[in-house]
Amino acid sequence: MRDNVSSPVREFWERFTTNRFATAGLVVIVVLFLLSLAAALVTPYSPDTIDAWHVLLPPSASHWFGTDELGRDVFTRVVYGARVSLKVGFVAVGIAVVIGTVIGLFAGFYGGWVDSVLMRLVDIMLCFPTFFLILAVIAMLEPSIWYIMVIIGLTGWMGVARLVRAEVLSLKSRDFILAARVLGASDLRIIFRHILPNALSPVLVSATLGVAGAILTESALSFLGIGVQPPTPSWGNILTSGKDYIEFAWWLSLFPGVAILVTVLSYNLVGEGIRDALDPRRQ
Amino acid sequence: MANYLIKRILMLVPLLLGITLITFTVIHLAPGEPVEMATAMSPKASAATRARLREFYGLDKPLHVQYGMWLSNLSRLDFGRSFAPDNRPVLDKIKERIPITISLNVIALILEFGLALPIGIMAAVHRDTLLDRAISVFVFVGFAVPTFWLALLCMYLFGVKLAWLPISGIHSLGSDQWSFFWRTADLARHLVLPISIATFGSLAGLSRYMRSTMIEVLSQDYITTARAKGVRERVIIYRHALKNALLPVITLLGFSLPALIGGSVIFETIFSIPGMGQLFYQGVMARDYPLVMGILVIGACLTLIGNLLADLCYAVADPRIRHGRG
Repeated sequence: MRDNVSSPVREFWERFTTNRFATAGLVVIVVLFLLSLAAALVTPYSPDTIDAWHVLLPPSASHWFGTDELGRDVFTRVVYGARVSLKVGFVAVGIAVVIGTVIGLFAGFYGGWVDSVLMRLVDIMLCFPTFFLILAVIAMLEPSIWYIMVIIGLTGWMGVARLVRAEVLSLKSRDFILAARVLGASDLRIIFRHILPNALSPVLVSATLGVAGAILTESALSFLGIGVQPPTPSWGNILTSGKDYIEFAWWLSLFPGVAILVTVLSYNLVGEGIRDALDPRRQ
Repeated sequence: MANYLIKRILMLVPLLLGITLITFTVIHLAPGEPVEMATAMSPKASAATRARLREFYGLDKPLHVQYGMWLSNLSRLDFGRSFAPDNRPVLDKIKERIPITISLNVIALILEFGLALPIGIMAAVHRDTLLDRAISVFVFVGFAVPTFWLALLCMYLFGVKLAWLPISGIHSLGSDQWSFFWRTADLARHLVLPISIATFGSLAGLSRYMRSTMIEVLSQDYITTARAKGVRERVIIYRHALKNALLPVITLLGFSLPALIGGSVIFETIFSIPGMGQLFYQGVMARDYPLVMGILVIGACLTLIGNLLADLCYAVADPRIRHGRG
């Protein structure tokens, strides 16, 4: 009996899981999370123990991904590096979504000069080559993973703001909003109780794709030496030594890059899967 | 058209002001001072020297005064002097770096459109076939590949393993003695890898976008009408559908500029290309405030110009906008 009840969430889930690629992406992400949490159980090595006798060894049974220029196990560093990437992705996108949603809600709801000012701010922010802006700020601060997450978030909210604004514009003239107003609900209550929940689904898609973008940005920053600082491993900073030793140790460049590729690919597949599942017309 | 143009240009003024304001705020809110950087190396620098340096660069004045001074200088195209030991005007330093970055990006952009449009059209026309799936896989992988990693792999394969292509700089050592033809060939050889990688980086997004607008257009009534009339499929796709499918793509051109310019930091640093991206990276590392602010402003203005050009193309292509009914 209970199985026949269909809820929007269940319908969504069913549509999502019929998409094999999206499901595979989700599985990869979950596995990565578990791996990075259980890093100490997965590998017998520690990520920052230097071993001068086993420097730059190619992949073997005892070192699956080989060792780096200080004799550290590359597999271990890649697994610990996953922590950085997953954390950066979520926190940065969380910040971007909160800022973008609030700005989009207010711009769309109040219209007029509020809308003009906020949307010009979006236009201006979109003019900057984002990577320049991030680089300029990060390099002037003490290197820290928290700054990186905040800066990526602060420079990545414009898309969400536009999405939410468009959604609000189409929602605010609906009858249920009028009904809430007649009942005497305040502006803030209408915005956050009635409009926000209905405007969130496109944000979910853009947030998932945003996680992928944030992971790519963090790895590029770390690769350039201004992101996560060694000895803390991140996929980007392992690739920095990969570049220095590229003539002798291809494994140092190959594996962290594949890790980034697979993770970003998975988030993108999940994002597309959510988009298709939210909008049955697309299937 | 003239009205539209004037309106569009007037809108640039607040945007330009906003760009300078954000640039200034971002740089001055960050802790750390250029004077510290300049004096950290010499312990002999006394408090008096530091004060003199601060006064010399105008750093002792309140922020809004500094912003006003900077803005009024900017309006005369005076970007100030670099904090670097050479102390040259920022504009001169940027000017000599801009041509290489712009020409690299323009070539990459042309290649990108030249490849992505046919790929997208092919995927849309052969929708849900094996070809479309293969293109989808390529697109998804293209989205996910970190550009700098791809650069690294290509450097290893083509530069180190096969030794076909140079992997650093834009000229070979001693090439200034060569004839014009060999110098050009040498330059081209150096640019193959950076340009291919810059192109690949944005190929995925554009071809996917082209596919979806093409699919949308192909499902419209006037296409069905054309088909019913017995118009050949080739003509339908390339004459009837393509025109309308290209419209939204034009706007994307403007949007892809900041990403391209931003991306130049990465591949110019990797391939040691003396362009704006590399200059910016060096400037940022040395806390060369005037240089960093100058490049931020100019980078944003380039995007602004790109957007304006894209909008004008759009207006030319779409009469609804030209006549103010869009």
